[in-house]
Amino acid sequence: MRHSLPLCFAAMLAACAAPATIGERPEVTTGDLDRITAVLKRDFHERGQAKMDRIELDAVQRLCNLHSDNPPEALAKPLEQAQFKAIPFPEGNLIGDWKRGERVAQSGRGSMWSDKPGVQDGGSCYNCHQLSPREPAHGTLGPSLAGFGKLRGTSAEMQKYAYGRIYNSKAYNVCSQMPRLGHAGTLNEQQIKDLVGLLLDPASPVNQ
Amino acid sequence: MTFKLGLVLALAAAPALAQQSPYAEYQRMALENAPVELFELGGEELWKKRQGPKNASLERCDLGQGPGVLKGAYAGLPRHFADTDRVMDLEARLLHCMTTLQGRSRQEATKRVFGNADRPSEMEYLSAYVARQSNGMKIAPGRTHPKEQEAYDLGRKLFFHRAGAWDFSCASCHGEEGKRIRMSDLPVLSNPQFARPLMATWPAYRVSTSSFVTLQWRMNDCYRQMRMPEPTFGSDTTIALIAYMMATAAGEPYRGPAIKR
Amino acid sequence: MAAGPMRMRATQGAGFTDVRVLMTHPMETGQRKDADGKIVPLHFIQNVTVKLNGKVVVEAETSQAVSRNPVFSFRIKGGAKGDKIEVSWLDNKGESTSIESAVA
Repeated sequence: MRHSLPLCFAAMLAACAAPATIGERPEVTTGDLDRITAVLKRDFHERGQAKMDRIELDAVQRLCNLHSDNPPEALAKPLEQAQFKAIPFPEGNLIGDWKRGERVAQSGRGSMWSDKPGVQDGGSCYNCHQLSPREPAHGTLGPSLAGFGKLRGTSAEMQKYAYGRIYNSKAYNVCSQMPRLGHAGTLNEQQIKDLVGLLLDPASPVNQ
Repeated sequence: MTFKLGLVLALAAAPALAQQSPYAEYQRMALENAPVELFELGGEELWKKRQGPKNASLERCDLGQGPGVLKGAYAGLPRHFADTDRVMDLEARLLHCMTTLQGRSRQEATKRVFGNADRPSEMEYLSAYVARQSNGMKIAPGRTHPKEQEAYDLGRKLFFHRAGAWDFSCASCHGEEGKRIRMSDLPVLSNPQFARPLMATWPAYRVSTSSFVTLQWRMNDCYRQMRMPEPTFGSDTTIALIAYMMATAAGEPYRGPAIKR
Repeated sequence: MAAGPMRMRATQGAGFTDVRVLMTHPMETGQRKDADGKIVPLHFIQNVTVKLNGKVVVEAETSQAVSRNPVFSFRIKGGAKGDKIEVSWLDNKGESTSIESAVA
């Protein structure tokens, strides 16, 4: 494009070398990841329960960073399977108390440096999802979960799916934006069961 | 010929649209009687106040336009500074002047960088005052010095870098158009269309907390909510992200200090 | 924290004076709980008085419904450059403060 040339010279070469698409995610190499991690190690410090080990990338974060959240099947599948194998599914009925589940879903606290260490408060579910249709103050980062149980039923498989998805969403979609609430220690077994209750129990406001 | 004309019209319409959007109108109405001015006046007092072992004011502080020159300073940040050989944003530069001109220790000057409703911090007052002096001017952070380009590049990579207990990057929330967290709209900050009205309205008075918030505070609070450890005030990480976002918003007339709910 | 910086701007128009006052006050509703769950006591500006050259021109009774750090802006009939505007407030704890400025 002829008119872009004078702009290029004025804006210097580096700007021209940048990808043409505005907002496009940059290509990232393993070298980049090491450099970024080194910068973060230098520029961050631990506070409260947020320790510096949080800067280290695990296999999931590494893969997703290297492939702009779109890794090839051949690399994604084995990692999803490995994440799935590590989910400690409890035995028996996984449908807990939906009333407690609603409180867990509403709470935006947990795992931050401003939170009391060891206190598992909530899952921040409403930050991203619609759950009970009666709650208008919900985010739209994740899909709506209204009617979740009504649509899917309460079978053992569905209970396991809901439990697993909350414990570790990356076991189902390795670069999912949803936090691994069980894996990260944000929620305990009972809280996740209570959330399963919120999702599946026919009496839950989610299914009215 | 028609294509060229269309392009010119489209370019001309874009900033006008930004001014007429419901968000811009809300900003204009809310700003009419905002307590923002209180912070600007407090900032002016602090700028002129003699402090520290050197008993000096900040009036000789160089924010990029020359010692003591405030007009256009905020709109030109972040930028590279020869005396520190670093790319610095407003708050890092204010801290630099507090330690060099006033002789204060970094520890003392950063003891309370983020205030609250009852007691705003010096940085908050000063940021409001300095930002006001760039009102109406085009956002134009440094883009030519190699370190400025490095900062931009680092900021861009950091924006998409997933890490922390919840595997979040900035883009996890600010990566897709039309999304919100609870009831807060999430602008896609890597896109000029959305970065421009946002960066034109920081720092700002936040009604819900009755406090004045700055970009260093925002970087800090984002990382807290991203379940990461804490970034050091005025660190390269925070400055790189601010540089990236200001560069993405370049060209927008600066409208701050503003007001937010 | 009761008394805090108060700022005022009084600018002359054609036959009127526009006054804008920024006040610092927590304006506690008496309903808010602090981090320990205790109610933060009621603490708010109850009266605002405005004088033009010593003569009372505005007397306002305000309630705890007004937010923290209130901004009052009003238009007074008359007023000329150099005239003295005084704004004072009194809160429910009996604390008061005032500010004086000349019309610009």
